[in-house]
Amino acid sequence: MSNELEITQDINNKFTAQQARGLNYEENLLWEKERSDHSGVDLPVPEGSAVRTGLPERTEDIGLPQVSEPQVVRHFVKMSTWNYSIDHGFFPLGSCTMKHNPRLSEKLACLAGFAHIHPKQPESTVQGALKLMYELQNWLAELTALPGVCLVPAAGAQGELAGMMTIKRAHELNNQSQRKIVLTPDSSHGTNPATAVMCGYELRVISTKDTGRISIEAFKEALYATSDDGSDIAGMMVTNPNTCGLFETNIKELADLLHEAGGYFYCDGANFNALVGKIRPGDFGVDVMHVNLHKTFSTPHGGGGPGSGPICTTVKLAPYMPVPVVGMKNDTYCLQWEEDRPETLGRLKGFNGQFAIHVRALSYMMSCGANGLKQVAEDAVLSANYIFSQLKDDFHAPYDAPCMHECIITDKIQKDTGVTTIDFAKALCEYGFHPMTVYFPIVLSGTMLIEPTETESKESIDRFITVMKKFAEDIKSGDTEKFHSFPLSTPRKRLDEVIAARNPVLRWSCN
Amino acid sequence: MRYLPQTKKSRKEMLEAIGVSNVDELYKDVPESAFIDGFADLPHHKGELAVERILTSYANENISATNVPFFLGAGAYYHHIPASVEYIIQRSEYLTAYTPYQPEIAQGTLQVIFEYQTFIAQLTGQDVANASLYDGASSCAEAALMAMRVTKRNKVVIGNELHPDYRGVLKSYVGNLEDASIEDGEPDEKTACVIIQSPDFYGQPHGFEYWRKKCDETGALLVVVINEIVSLGLLPSPESADIVCGEGQSIGLPMSYGGPHLGFFACKKKLIRQMPGRLCGMTKDADGKRGFVLTLSTREQHIRREKATSNICTNQGLCALAFTIHMSLLGEDGFKRLARLNHEAACRLADALEEIDGVKLFTEHFFNEFVIELPKDAKAIVDVLAEKSVIGGYALDGNQLLVCATEMTTDEDIKTFVSVLTEVLK
Repeated sequence: MSNELEITQDINNKFTAQQARGLNYEENLLWEKERSDHSGVDLPVPEGSAVRTGLPERTEDIGLPQVSEPQVVRHFVKMSTWNYSIDHGFFPLGSCTMKHNPRLSEKLACLAGFAHIHPKQPESTVQGALKLMYELQNWLAELTALPGVCLVPAAGAQGELAGMMTIKRAHELNNQSQRKIVLTPDSSHGTNPATAVMCGYELRVISTKDTGRISIEAFKEALYATSDDGSDIAGMMVTNPNTCGLFETNIKELADLLHEAGGYFYCDGANFNALVGKIRPGDFGVDVMHVNLHKTFSTPHGGGGPGSGPICTTVKLAPYMPVPVVGMKNDTYCLQWEEDRPETLGRLKGFNGQFAIHVRALSYMMSCGANGLKQVAEDAVLSANYIFSQLKDDFHAPYDAPCMHECIITDKIQKDTGVTTIDFAKALCEYGFHPMTVYFPIVLSGTMLIEPTETESKESIDRFITVMKKFAEDIKSGDTEKFHSFPLSTPRKRLDEVIAARNPVLRWSCN
Repeated sequence: MRYLPQTKKSRKEMLEAIGVSNVDELYKDVPESAFIDGFADLPHHKGELAVERILTSYANENISATNVPFFLGAGAYYHHIPASVEYIIQRSEYLTAYTPYQPEIAQGTLQVIFEYQTFIAQLTGQDVANASLYDGASSCAEAALMAMRVTKRNKVVIGNELHPDYRGVLKSYVGNLEDASIEDGEPDEKTACVIIQSPDFYGQPHGFEYWRKKCDETGALLVVVINEIVSLGLLPSPESADIVCGEGQSIGLPMSYGGPHLGFFACKKKLIRQMPGRLCGMTKDADGKRGFVLTLSTREQHIRREKATSNICTNQGLCALAFTIHMSLLGEDGFKRLARLNHEAACRLADALEEIDGVKLFTEHFFNEFVIELPKDAKAIVDVLAEKSVIGGYALDGNQLLVCATEMTTDEDIKTFVSVLTEVLK
């Protein structure tokens, strides 16, 4: 692996020669700073008594860095200036719902009565926490028309797993274990097929290529491909609104056909922001769905987590959900475990779920209320359609309006000039925007999925539209060369992902 | 509603530009029966003050560890969090950023992940670590699934007292797969991995030589689970393991009634292509400057779909940041000192509790938590202690109580615990 070492050293040497310029800071790794002779935390001096661990004490140098508190603060603050965030500006990352994160939610989640309580404390000492979870369950049940709610799943992907395992458990306990196939469209999130496989299911993919939607014919073909009555189908995993930003027009018919065949409808709730407070998934045939609290209910994405992905189910599926679920007995809130819910599939996560995210979500829900949430959905859909209406003549627009809360364009018109979707993304970085989601969904080539959300002003959306139109114009007039070098003003120019993967350097080391 | 910037005027302008007369025309693809008639049957919007009042009153109904003598551990630990940690993680640039899909404008998050991975690799004595998983329990389950992929075997063996939540999650994850099984005991030629927790659920530290040898004999992987990561500052490095995973909540994160916490996951270099979760790697930009990107994503669901190593999508970014800041502040000496302070607090607690009539120390060796044997049912005792404003520990079956001390535990706390427990046992 000498090759890898050379690359690391080469890169590191270049690094040390750099200087900061203006407000553009450079910052090395903690391990490259001179090691101090004392810690950045003033802890009391231990007594030094003999250890009672039954094992020798770890005395060797672990190799951890050591610096003072001001150096640590500066280190992390400098690095923070290299990040783009929703508080900086427009972040139309499709399927991710990057909306404003209210600081009230942060303040409340940090209250000692929420932050410093232990998941195994006697229930009598955490009634306020259980009440909060109970109310959150009720809000979610009402908004989805799916009355069984389990808050446990730690993120959307784990919510999917929870939902599909609930379906599997229901089939098993009802002597339907022969149902081994799960249907999903080719436009689904990658987590859907990965989840089905983690549940031990076989996957059958429905093509949506032409219209971006599941047609009844294609669905029937998949449903009855290996049995006359669909008796080998466990269920379907469908995102609705789907990943092309479209509402599945036939959703009720698809659900009816599936139910007739004995399967369950799992809905990926990633795009619930288009519906919240206005349309209820339980009313269009969904049996179980997960809700990304970090999307629709605006808990911060934190640079990639933590999220929270509760599931909501029909009355019929509720007994099979994971535990715990918050219940009420004699005016006292309690956690219900296996003893209270004998048909449960069991646990999916340690303890009780992402409670600090639950606090933030309920704070957001209460702030918006039934009327505010409906307005959230409507403004999100309005903004996406507005963007689509302004860009559809400059870019290839594969699907007809209206869209839901996100819209798709592609690079089809421009790509013959050599400027492709990735170049648009990098150009947007140069122009002070976060790019949209690129190359997803994978059903078309060069997709750009734009989700403005409801917390973007028209002024801000118009700036984005203007820039995108300018890109299209530049390319039309032959001014294409610059697109391959963007971004130029960011803390780093285009990064080489091939080297990173070919010679993985995944940690600092002293050699 | 204060979170919405659109005005009547801007909404009207947008509708006109689209060419529709009202927003419902944009919902024409939705079946009529799915619409809510009017508003959902929920309260209407509230101002900031009103929401703050309501939820603060909920918080006040809970007994917080900040206010009472607190001796509960069992997988989530009450430790001190330096103020700098809490302030830095609230910075917009970290808090409201997304997954670093566009590395040129996410170098802050990426370098933090690289540093986090380095910390975890060093602490666990492993070659590499991922960008984090949901929590210790799901991390342990992912380790078992990974061992099954690597060895192409279907049996998972639990070698000692694994945390019951971890065991439960393992059962749910592994139980999904056909022919897969979980057994207690020792590995054989069909075993994918042996899972050893240290300190185990009863707080007892374990060496790994015996299990390493058993694994070498049978070809199973050795998975070490650590759910009190502070222990790694005092106990020997689990470097002989193939995978080390567990819970990082103790460094930088509050208990928050069970989440979000921080699942860490580290392994030997030869296994990286079978690892679950995100990885950040070093690279260079167009000018040759050092930078960081997410890498080896061909293992992941968004590329590999049904062939992915896991369905996991996010990591616990902000939690990993809190961990990284706290570790940076502690440094080598601070981390080891913290571990020693925890152990010494537990030693003092053990000595004090043993003085009480009828109380026996059940575990001879421990790090910062241990089991005591009471003359009465432990669950009932815990409830009575709570009434007297002492959070006394985790009741095991029968008369056994798992108690924990950390650097937060004062001599005053121990004195109160001893006197209240003495009174309760009378």
